[in-house]
Amino acid sequence: MTRSITQIQQGLADGQFSSVEITQEYLTKIGSFNDTINCFITITDELALQQAQAADAIIAAGKARPLTGVPLAHKDIFCTDGVKTSCASKILDNFIAPYDATVIEKFNQAGAVMLGKTNMDEFAMGSSNENSYYGPVANPWDFERVPGGSSGGSAAAVAARLAPAATGTDTGGSIRQPAALCGISGIKPTYGRVSRYGMIAFASSLDQGGALAQSAQDCAILLQTMAGFDARDSTSIDTPVPDYSAHINQDIKGLKIGLPEEYFGEGLDADVARVIGTAIEAYRKLGAEIVDIKLPNLKLSIPVYYVVACAECSSNLSRFDGVRFGHRCADPIDLEDLYKRSRGEGFGDEVKRRIMIGTYALSAGYYDAYYLKAQQLRRLIKQDYEKAFAEVDVIACPVTPEVAFKHGDKSDDPVSMYLQDIYTIALNLAGLPGMSIPAGFSQGMPVGLQLIANYFEESRLLNFAHQYQQVTDWHLQVPELK
Amino acid sequence: MATWETVIGLEIHAQLATSSKIFSGASTAFGAQANTQACAVDLGLPGVLPVLNAEAVTMAVKFGVAINAEITRKSVFARKNYFYPDLPKGYQISQFELPIVGRGKLSISPEEGVSKTIGITRAHLEEDAGKSLHEEFPGKTGIDLNRAGTPLLEIVSEPDLRSAREAVTYARKIHSLVRFLDICDGNMQEGSFRCDANVSIRPLGQVELGTRTELKNINSFRFLERAINYEIERQIDLVEDGGQVTLETRLYDADKNETRSMRSKEEANDYRYFPDPDLLPVEITDDDIDRIRRSLPELPEQKRGRYIDSLGLSDYIAELLTGSREIAEYFEQALLQGPELAHHLANWIVGDLTGALNRSDLEIQDSPVTPGMLSGLLLRIADNTISGKIAKQVFEAMWRGEGSADEIIEARGLKQITDSGAIESLIDEVIAANPDQVGQFRAGKEKVLGFFVGQIMKQSKGKANPGQVNQRLRDKLKGAS
Repeated sequence: MTRSITQIQQGLADGQFSSVEITQEYLTKIGSFNDTINCFITITDELALQQAQAADAIIAAGKARPLTGVPLAHKDIFCTDGVKTSCASKILDNFIAPYDATVIEKFNQAGAVMLGKTNMDEFAMGSSNENSYYGPVANPWDFERVPGGSSGGSAAAVAARLAPAATGTDTGGSIRQPAALCGISGIKPTYGRVSRYGMIAFASSLDQGGALAQSAQDCAILLQTMAGFDARDSTSIDTPVPDYSAHINQDIKGLKIGLPEEYFGEGLDADVARVIGTAIEAYRKLGAEIVDIKLPNLKLSIPVYYVVACAECSSNLSRFDGVRFGHRCADPIDLEDLYKRSRGEGFGDEVKRRIMIGTYALSAGYYDAYYLKAQQLRRLIKQDYEKAFAEVDVIACPVTPEVAFKHGDKSDDPVSMYLQDIYTIALNLAGLPGMSIPAGFSQGMPVGLQLIANYFEESRLLNFAHQYQQVTDWHLQVPELK
Repeated sequence: MATWETVIGLEIHAQLATSSKIFSGASTAFGAQANTQACAVDLGLPGVLPVLNAEAVTMAVKFGVAINAEITRKSVFARKNYFYPDLPKGYQISQFELPIVGRGKLSISPEEGVSKTIGITRAHLEEDAGKSLHEEFPGKTGIDLNRAGTPLLEIVSEPDLRSAREAVTYARKIHSLVRFLDICDGNMQEGSFRCDANVSIRPLGQVELGTRTELKNINSFRFLERAINYEIERQIDLVEDGGQVTLETRLYDADKNETRSMRSKEEANDYRYFPDPDLLPVEITDDDIDRIRRSLPELPEQKRGRYIDSLGLSDYIAELLTGSREIAEYFEQALLQGPELAHHLANWIVGDLTGALNRSDLEIQDSPVTPGMLSGLLLRIADNTISGKIAKQVFEAMWRGEGSADEIIEARGLKQITDSGAIESLIDEVIAANPDQVGQFRAGKEKVLGFFVGQIMKQSKGKANPGQVNQRLRDKLKGAS
């Protein structure tokens, strides 16, 4: 059962199987392995079968759209009408969203089937999926290791083929890093390409929804449905959505790939570097020209990110106060007690840490030194990329400094955990699109290659990724589940 | 003892009269059942995002243009972070460093013949909070979020006001302006127009400002004046007794006519303002401003000028007639039926009509005597159907709902006697009945003329045309020998 979306579309169209049949197949597999992998917080089996039945009727009527009847999993950060939407937090453990996120609405309109809501780091804060109220997620390649985060549940579900594809969100690498650690393909589009309406905010100026799938081709199909202007999100951008699958087969001969030296320096595991080097060679063979580039301000991205992201989250998470929805402490004695205990009990340690960092960074007397300075540096980082894209078509580099680590290895050292994101967060600060694609293995664990393109050039990213997947089979490797 | 100078600055919150909220599509109508006009965005549900209501921006720019203020070409929404149950998101979307309306000014006339220019520091857009209901639920607090997200324009003045009277004059002027612009319904009872006053005192001649207190919870102009006056006295007494004014927020209690400390500013929140990443900067072009400027109605200052220049009204009357949009509208509507009546109408509106309205505690738009009825009455004076004195009777009758001026004149037979034969016989009767007074007159006592007029008017029940009576009476008294 390693069918790609393309194969499922074909099978449904040919009548090889019905949507109800494959949906049931996935639900059965989820039933067998979710206890071990823990990639789903909520399994919406009843709803999935209803949707599948409706999809079969649409297919029978000859009115199928590209995703009609295709089962998908959604990160539990997207609000789903009538279904628990927890953001992997105790504070939302009892929250049933009364509305659909725009992304969910689009998948529903396309006739897709929702298998369930996937596990994640609480409020998308984390790089290992260990910060979940619902427990850690196992990496399907080695259950002792983390799947990455924060979209760890989505990545693990796709890697284990418990779902053909899944949605995710990426604030500092939360799609690309788990995709890399789980050996699947993931795309984080340009900021503003996918509506954030109904996507529970972590850091509003960085958050972006995207897709995790078995291949670039499948990513293209998902993104086609997700992308587009949404009047309900003022930061979504009104520019036409191209046909992402149309350009996927284009030749990349003569196009330039830039290798930023800052991504290949100290801290990068030697064996991961070897895998990346081999992938670059494959691109050279495909006819791409490889050039060295510089992104001198990359080193600023971690401190800048943790100021900006934390500042925004400290404000975004204020609405979780125990007043209107979510966890409320028992028998509050007064308003302050209600706030303190509801939030104190409801949020996990990492969320509290970031709220405190952000509150501090925005405080009177510190604002200029932290938040304002960070925003200025953010412009410098952005300018680095703008200069680079004046010379090259795509930037290639590693996604993570090393392969998936073991559960608990970094839990007590937040800084070492934050350094996991060193190669991914600059993109969010700049708002650029990026992808992670499987490029090989190190110590038996998958290694991801990161591709970065200019604003709104998702088509180019998908084209580059697909061309690579035409000459390699890393994306076809599937872990053996025991 | 030092002579004290009072320094006052006002912060006025005007709810903008948009049909939907500033960041959501929910209705802004007042008085609906609690929490029925709050959508997912107003409730601050997880995942929702604000979308700016363009109508609110246009209204803010209208205000800015009307006070000749700088319009910020790229203004920014910022989050003001604090926790309160009626603030669903835990932050208020407001404007901080870059408000949509920058510096402007407004001239006020606190008393006849005095004119003073008051600086306006800024006016910014923000969302209103919901309401906490403490009394309805014993031991609990109810939250009504219908008001949450209603657009507000916060208009901040410079500390240019020197007395409660000036403050009230300024507040009334802003009130009148937002009503003329049709951007706020101005209803102070419902909280559509709210004034907070920053009050401080300093020895006369001192440049440095004294420590201020901020007065809140003031829901009428009368209370604004009282609250400020109370606070000035409190501060003077305090300082003269050797105390110090504390920087704090004080609530005005209208029942007790006093201000009470609510919270000191030292305990106040650090609001941690930062640009709202969910909203783009608001860009306004020269074209936008021109378009909005052209769409402005005639403003009070322009109206005032026109009343003086083309209608020949006095400064004072013109000022009174433009004191509110409703008064000006009443005047202009009445004027439609008798363009020649401008002076008369103006005098009646600021005199008898205003008096009657005050006695009945009514606003001019609720007057039982409509503009058409008033001009109908004045036309009958102009064409000599009735005298000015009878007109007052007719006005009273119209006020009581007895019909139009013509109907009342007809029904009560109030039409003036202008038939010279009838007037002459009235005069003859009175002269014949009062030989003593006739003698006095002929002896040179001109004053008794008034006695005769009074008698004749009494005989005619006030209906004899006074001009004709005067003229004929004199002749007859002189000629009859």
